Amino acid sequence: MTPQSNFMIVATVREGQLAALRDLLAGMNKSIGLADPDNALVPFGRFERLHMARFVIIEAITANDIRAYGKPPYPWQPALAFIGDCDGNRDAFLAELVKYAGAGLEILFSYCEGFPDANSRTLLQWMKAHNIKPAANYINWLGRTVVQVHEEAALHGCLIDYLQEAVTEVGKQNPRALRQKLLSHVEMQKYAGLLKLTPEQPTPWCWRIRNRLHKIGIPLILLLLSPLFLILAPFFALRLRMLERSDPELFIRPDREHIKALALLEDHDVSNQFNVFGDVKPGLFRLLTFKFLLLLTDYVARHIYNHGFLTRIKTIHFARWVFMDDNRRAFFASNYDGSHESYMDDFINKAGWGLNAAFSCAIGYPTTRWILKDGAEREQQFKYTQRRHQIPSEVWYKAYPDLTATDLARNSRIRKGVEIRQHNDEEIRAWLSEI
Amino acid sequence: MKYSNEFKFDDLQGLLRFGHGQLSETCFLLLNIVDANAAKQWLSNARVTSAIETTPRPQTALHIAFSVAGLRAIGLQEALIEGFSDEFITGMTGDESRSRRLGDIGVNAPAYWEWGGDSQQVPHVLLLLYAESDGIAAWRKQVEDTLFTAAFQLISQLPTQDMGKREPFGFADGISQPNIDWANRQSTDTHQRAEYSNWLAPGEIVLGYPNEYKQYTVRPLIDPQTDALAAVLPIAEDQPALKDFARNGSYLVLRQLDQDVPGFWQFLNKATDGAPEQLAAAMVGRQLNDAPLMPTGVEKIPGVPVDDQLNQFNYVGDPRGNVCPIGAHIRRANPRTGDLPAGVTGLWTRLIRILGFGLKHPNDDLVASSRFHRLLRRGRTYGPPLSPADASKPDALIAERGLQFICLVANISRQFEFVQNAWLVNSKFAGLQNERDPLLAHRNPLNDGNSTDRFQRPDPSGPVRETCHLPQFISVRGGAYFFMPGLSALKYLASLPSTGRGHSA
Repeated sequence: MTPQSNFMIVATVREGQLAALRDLLAGMNKSIGLADPDNALVPFGRFERLHMARFVIIEAITANDIRAYGKPPYPWQPALAFIGDCDGNRDAFLAELVKYAGAGLEILFSYCEGFPDANSRTLLQWMKAHNIKPAANYINWLGRTVVQVHEEAALHGCLIDYLQEAVTEVGKQNPRALRQKLLSHVEMQKYAGLLKLTPEQPTPWCWRIRNRLHKIGIPLILLLLSPLFLILAPFFALRLRMLERSDPELFIRPDREHIKALALLEDHDVSNQFNVFGDVKPGLFRLLTFKFLLLLTDYVARHIYNHGFLTRIKTIHFARWVFMDDNRRAFFASNYDGSHESYMDDFINKAGWGLNAAFSCAIGYPTTRWILKDGAEREQQFKYTQRRHQIPSEVWYKAYPDLTATDLARNSRIRKGVEIRQHNDEEIRAWLSEI
Repeated sequence: MKYSNEFKFDDLQGLLRFGHGQLSETCFLLLNIVDANAAKQWLSNARVTSAIETTPRPQTALHIAFSVAGLRAIGLQEALIEGFSDEFITGMTGDESRSRRLGDIGVNAPAYWEWGGDSQQVPHVLLLLYAESDGIAAWRKQVEDTLFTAAFQLISQLPTQDMGKREPFGFADGISQPNIDWANRQSTDTHQRAEYSNWLAPGEIVLGYPNEYKQYTVRPLIDPQTDALAAVLPIAEDQPALKDFARNGSYLVLRQLDQDVPGFWQFLNKATDGAPEQLAAAMVGRQLNDAPLMPTGVEKIPGVPVDDQLNQFNYVGDPRGNVCPIGAHIRRANPRTGDLPAGVTGLWTRLIRILGFGLKHPNDDLVASSRFHRLLRRGRTYGPPLSPADASKPDALIAERGLQFICLVANISRQFEFVQNAWLVNSKFAGLQNERDPLLAHRNPLNDGNSTDRFQRPDPSGPVRETCHLPQFISVRGGAYFFMPGLSALKYLASLPSTGRGHSA
């Protein structure tokens, strides 16, 4: 199994260069909202380990909200972020990027402050130095590579094309015979070089050890600290409820033009991109709570929700939470299936409590009770604050257009049904019904 | 049915409570306001039908709704208009992103519409007249008095033709309707709503009342201190210091849907070698004799009267679509899902499901909870009736036939637009493989060129039965978002000063 990794290279845009940079980024798109996989600057399509990528200009459009807490806004200069999810080791992928898209990346980063800088002599070093690791990261399916996605989609397509012919020849009554017919077709296609099913690569041992240590280590540390948590619990509860009651409510309607600009980029593919950026609520208590909740989020995403669903949500491909600006601000990015409205409704109705846990320490989030209750259930308020904090992706790339996470999971099940014999006719029929 | 005394129906337009089924004749008029003062005068005398139950039932009915342009034309302050939802203010065709989401692309594109396509020229007023058979001409004459003629310019009379509770393809229409919970007998608390219920909080349809989230939908409120005219308006329940312009009102979505009846039956006839009924029923989710494909009576659905057998079902017993295809029109339009996937029996099973586990099939729990996405439908058909048998003949009479689709909602984006986008036009609904609603949707391919013009029927024997190259059967001919005010809001509009603006006391 080849585990995925992620990168997020962030640098402040030079003063006066923002408009020019935006134009340059727009030139990387094939059409509104969709990157050209063969664009001259970063030809995403030639990186067969790259799942999703985007360029975002991170602007603090809601920086003034903190005034509701009686504090002046923190200064922020727009920053360029290059974000992606890839198969295998991050540094190796960054090296590949430099090798095949170095010239384009240099042009893009030359719009940023400190590029090139004296300390990092090469582009690769500079990118590594500007990479920010997420506080929490979600991967829909651990170890499902881009190559696998494409091969399995081709397998499914090949089976769809042949199914009718096979049914006509063998009939539907004997599912074993039908499956056999399909399998021999697959073998022939493979032999003819039209299909390929690359076997899974061995899991890197260092990743395996680190993952195992993380899996055991976090609960162990929490267990060791539990007496301390127990003592702190009443104080925590008291302080939490105090803040939940006193935090200012920001029921601000987003600007129609802002929503229009965001919507313009949406629903061109079956999946969409999503970024939100805002301030962390002031005070150490909120920051520590935020960090702790994201630690838990990261843990469950890494070890429990790594095969197709994040609690009840099955529509997210990749997602990440990132602390920025010395922990004063938080950034969230995701790739999801369906329209924005359905994504939000899915979240509110199916996992509102999870949303509350993951975002309630950010300014503008609707008031929660005991972290998990209310919050997103204040539907309109939640939708307002979410859109207000959302920022567009100037460039967005997805390696498998037209495919949803549900499609990817189905294709993997179909492949599994090709490679592993089912136990009984019932299972074969279930497999056949998925084609 | 008995309602609690608490709900006051006297300020609602009757359409929110009654479909006027006994009033078979209709006249739907799209109007522009040419003389705002005359319009206000006419409005103050207009006998708009309220939602109070009368015996005998009324022989005529009149309803009125305004587009955002209409509210502006009659002189509603811009500050109040800003209190409406974005989708109402922008309009159905005011943003190409919305058109894309609604599937109004290709031949459905607003540019080809007969009305409403130009977002700058949306008709101001929608007037709905209803009468018993042979009564509509007289009723219309009565409504269209001298003031009316001075006030309005007729943009278009939308065709309507009674087909006896059937839509032009020949299937029963308007069967699945939410049962508005006027008496608040059902809790909206998610802890009590694991399973599908047909009761719906009034605030999902009528503005000014709590919705299924126990929240009041954002709407225009007025400070009576600065606007003395607002005295006629009801108080905003959630902000008692303010008056509620939208209370007892509702958004009205109107879409004129052209149905290619011969095209539909002839295609099915060809695809099935002359026996189209079964495939047609699979596409609709109901037989031509109204019976749903799902067995009824297995599940007792709260909010569905015991004698309403055509609605007494959900899809819990058919997760793979072997009985009723997942892509069937009525399954898409109302998937009858509860807040949680099936199998909640106690605290433990509940917790397991909340955490995303305990599912039996890989595609379980892909669909949102239905109660946040219900529509109260009030559509009427048009065109000469054509039976399926006649429509199947190659010389079937071509004529304009279709549906004046009307639905009433409190939140256009979460209800109408969501159902249209996420459930009907979406090629991936509930895990389906690149197919859109077999009746309603366009057939445009996806971004990377994958086709969507298919309809799949799962089969217990294994391989799905697929119908390919589905043509588009329904195209959009017009549409707009309107607001149907409560009766006191109509009085408020009628009382606006003739200058139209700046009406402080």
